[in-house]
Amino acid sequence: MTNISLGFGRIAFKFGTLIAFLAILAGTPVQAAEEGSESSFVMHHIKDSYDWHLIDINHHPVSVPLPVILYNKGTGFDVFMSSAFHHDNAGKVPVEAGKNTYLKYHEKIYLANADGDLTFDDAGHPTNARPMLDLSITKNVFFSIITAIIVLWVFLSVASKYKKYGVAAPSGVQSLLEPVILFVRDDIAIPNIGKQKHERFMPYLLSVFFFIWFANLLGLFPGAANLTGNIAVTFTFAFITFLITNFSGNKHYWNHIFNTPGVPWWLKFGIPIMPIVEFIGIFTKPFSLMVRLFANITAGHIIILSIIGLIFIFKSAVIGVVSVPFAAAMTFLELLVAFIQAYVFTLLSAIYIGGAVEEAHDH
Amino acid sequence: MELIIPEAGLIIWQVIIFVLVVFILGKFAWKPILAALKARENSIEQALQSAEQARQEMEKLQANNEKLIREAKEERDQMLKDAAGIANQIKEEARDEASKITEKMIEDARSTIETEKKAALSEIKNQVAELSLQISEKLLRKNLEDDKSQKALIDEYVKEVKLN
Repeated sequence: MTNISLGFGRIAFKFGTLIAFLAILAGTPVQAAEEGSESSFVMHHIKDSYDWHLIDINHHPVSVPLPVILYNKGTGFDVFMSSAFHHDNAGKVPVEAGKNTYLKYHEKIYLANADGDLTFDDAGHPTNARPMLDLSITKNVFFSIITAIIVLWVFLSVASKYKKYGVAAPSGVQSLLEPVILFVRDDIAIPNIGKQKHERFMPYLLSVFFFIWFANLLGLFPGAANLTGNIAVTFTFAFITFLITNFSGNKHYWNHIFNTPGVPWWLKFGIPIMPIVEFIGIFTKPFSLMVRLFANITAGHIIILSIIGLIFIFKSAVIGVVSVPFAAAMTFLELLVAFIQAYVFTLLSAIYIGGAVEEAHDH
Repeated sequence: MELIIPEAGLIIWQVIIFVLVVFILGKFAWKPILAALKARENSIEQALQSAEQARQEMEKLQANNEKLIREAKEERDQMLKDAAGIANQIKEEARDEASKITEKMIEDARSTIETEKKAALSEIKNQVAELSLQISEKLLRKNLEDDKSQKALIDEYVKEVKLN
């Protein structure tokens, strides 16, 4: 009896702590938004930035500075820390690096004009030139590196266990991740690519699955970057899938695109609708991959931030009674979405690759 | 709008980072992990196969054993049957023999008895004859001791002769 009540008490305590924790952490970024509109605070947290903003203390932002690396034709690379802007985001603090002067306006770096200032068009957008190439270690790049380190660390240690214990039963993290690895192999790769050909694509499928999953999970931490909710990141994954699909495409695959079987000849060579549709399909498939992951993760972040944002819109702690548990519930949902989106991305990649390496068979 | 325009710098970094991850994990993690998983699956499959084989062999052995037992039982039954038959035959034969011997013995005894009886009878006859001779001699002697009786006898004989 005591055990049960103790256990219940512990769960209730944990749950309470979790909610309080979420409330505190979710609340921190919101303070930064008090000055601007609430929607801009949400967008600020979804978009990339040059430094890792942690918290505002007495309206003074505290952030981790990250290196800014800019390349301009003629003047070469300019490297400085993002702290040089002193949290300025309105183009007021010029940073001189090399032969150039830079200004930061709404998380974008511009080259200063002759007056050392920004020029605005009628719509209020700066018309200044931007650096030719921006290779800064932004918040997203930083979190991508962190995700890569975590993924590498986890799987290299798991691999060392396999090397040490061979075919013995798995233990620890190994037993946690082995079913997931087997899931990727047996439920994603083999059914869609085939038993003979799947092995070649396993490194990519496993890497993309775990990288996306870990990045999704990491993105749920308050203050973390919205890595998989960034279109450049999802573009990269989708583009790699695109390259793998088309470079491993066999005769059957290309024949299916340009000479689709079962279609009247005049739709192929007379009015080439089918080849055009199929050719566009080569690009729409990875495009859908890119948008799906980006939209799902970003939407989840927007919902959670908006729910928390309600407290500050209404300027009442009472709203928190409703919105904090709701945001907590959404976070649990996002934990599920984190896995599902990693799964969907990998599954669809496997299906596209499977379609490209499939051998001709009778229709 | 900015949200859906990919930044070139981030793409470049992401490609570098991700390709590195795929390369390192592919070489040092996925390869040994998948190999170990495959090896484990193979060993499990082998174990299952050998277990199945063992089971089949067991079954075969059991079937053999049953067959052997059945055969042994049949043989035993046959042997018992045969033995009973032989025993019966022996008994029968013994009985026949015994009765034959008995009959023969009885026959022999009977003939012996007959012979003995004949011998005894002839002996008795001889003795009776001898005895009668002796008695008649004694009687004759006694009766013919005096003349008178001799005469009487002669007379009698004479009488008899006359009669005849």
